Amino acid sequence: METLERIISEHPFFADLASPYANLITGCASNIRFEPGTYIFREGGQADVFYLVRSGRVGLEIFPPHRKPILLGTVGQGEILGWSWLLPPYQWKFNARATESVRAIALDGKCLRTKCEENHDLGYELLKRFAQVIEKRLEATRLQLLDVYAVA
Amino acid sequence: MSVVIENPVLHATEALHDANPMLPSAFVVRAVAKETYDTFTLAVEPQNGVGTAFLPGQFSMLWVYGVGELPISISGNPAEPQHLVYTIRSVGAATHALVSQKVGSAVGVRGPYGTAWPLEAARGRDLIIIAGGIGLAPLRPVIYEVLNHRSDYGRLVLLYGARSPRDLLYRKELKSWARQDDTQVLTTVDYGGLSWRGHVGVVTTLFKFARLQPAKSVAMVCGPEIMMRFVLRELDAVGLRREDVYLSMERNMKCGVGLCGHCQYGPHFICKDGPVFRSDIVRPLMEKYEL
Repeated sequence: METLERIISEHPFFADLASPYANLITGCASNIRFEPGTYIFREGGQADVFYLVRSGRVGLEIFPPHRKPILLGTVGQGEILGWSWLLPPYQWKFNARATESVRAIALDGKCLRTKCEENHDLGYELLKRFAQVIEKRLEATRLQLLDVYAVA
Repeated sequence: MSVVIENPVLHATEALHDANPMLPSAFVVRAVAKETYDTFTLAVEPQNGVGTAFLPGQFSMLWVYGVGELPISISGNPAEPQHLVYTIRSVGAATHALVSQKVGSAVGVRGPYGTAWPLEAARGRDLIIIAGGIGLAPLRPVIYEVLNHRSDYGRLVLLYGARSPRDLLYRKELKSWARQDDTQVLTTVDYGGLSWRGHVGVVTTLFKFARLQPAKSVAMVCGPEIMMRFVLRELDAVGLRREDVYLSMERNMKCGVGLCGHCQYGPHFICKDGPVFRSDIVRPLMEKYEL
C-alpha cells in the first residue's frame, strides 16, 4: 500500500530526503484531488498550503484589468505548486486552476512553518529545495520575457 | 549528391552547375502548405527530373527570380529525394516572395550545402531532439530518418517549444510521432491562451518531464541562439557530454559555399563548416559578446 510518507519521499521535490524529515513532513500532509477547471487558489487568498503534484496539470493565471486572464505557466507531474505559504504576508500572487484532473499531496503551510521554526535543520532543508525551484522558475521567466521566437 | 529518379537527361547546363556552384538549378513548386499564419512548407521538384539527395541538417540556397536568394534548411524526408521540402517563415521581402509562390511556378535551387546531423554517430543510441520555433524544420528530417530506420536507434525524445499554440509547426505530425513506439514528444508554448490545455513555459522547462538516459544519448538542438544557450546548460545539468550535443547555427549567408565570408563565425563559416556543429566547438563562441 502507498503510504503518504512513501509518496512524499518518492516525489522529485523531496528526492533523497532524510527519513526523519519525511516523517515530520508527512504529519502535515494529506491527499487531494481537483477536477478540471477547479480553482486551487486565487490571487490575494491566504496561502497556507502547497502542493506536490502527482499527476495532471495546473495553469497559473493572472488577470489584467479589462482583459481575459493570461496563462503564465503550467505546473505538472513531479513539480510543486505554491511557495507563498513560505514567506509573509502568506498570500497567493496568482490564480491556479486545474487544466486537467489533478492528484496532489497538500502540505499544510502553517503546520510546516511551525515545524521549521522548531527544527531549523528541517527548515534549511526545505528552503534549499524551494530556492532551487524558485531559481529555475526565475530563469525560465527571464527566458520567456526575451520572447526569443519573435521576429527580430 | 544526385540520385536518378526517372530517365535522366543531363543537359549542358547541369554540367555547368556542377562546375559553378553559384548557378541555381531550375525547380518547380509542386505544393505549398500553410503551417501557421506566417509559416509555409514548399515542396519543389527539379525540372530535369533528377532528384537531389540530401542529409538531414543540410540547407539549400533558394532563389526567387527577381527578388533574391535565401538559405533555407531542408525539412523533408531524406527517403524522398525526388522533391525537396522547405519550411519557411515569412518575415521579409524574400521569404514572403518564396511563400507566395504558386504551384507550377519556378524557383532556383543551389545545394544542398553544409554539414549534417550526426545520425551515424547516433546509431544504437537515444536521440534527444530539442527544437524552438522554426528550428523544428531542420530537425524534421532527423525524425523522418529515425522513423524510417526505427530499429537502428534507441529512444527518441522530442522537446519542442514555440511562442504560442498558433505558432506550433507540424501539429498533425507531432501527434503522430507521439504515438510511435519508444518515442516521447513534449510540446510547450511560451504564451498559452486559456483554451490551451498543454504545457506553458519555455522549452527548458520540459526537461523535468523527459525520460532521458544521458549516458547513451546524443542531443540535437536547433532554435534561437539564446534558447540554445539555455538548453546547453540544461543538457549539462542532466549529464550529457558536450561531445554528444550538436547545434545548428545560423548567420547571414550569401554564397553558401564558403567564398564570401558573410556567415563567418569566429574561425568558422557557418555555410561550409556548419550549420551543424558539435557543441564543444562553438560553445566558447556562443559565450562571446556581439559575435
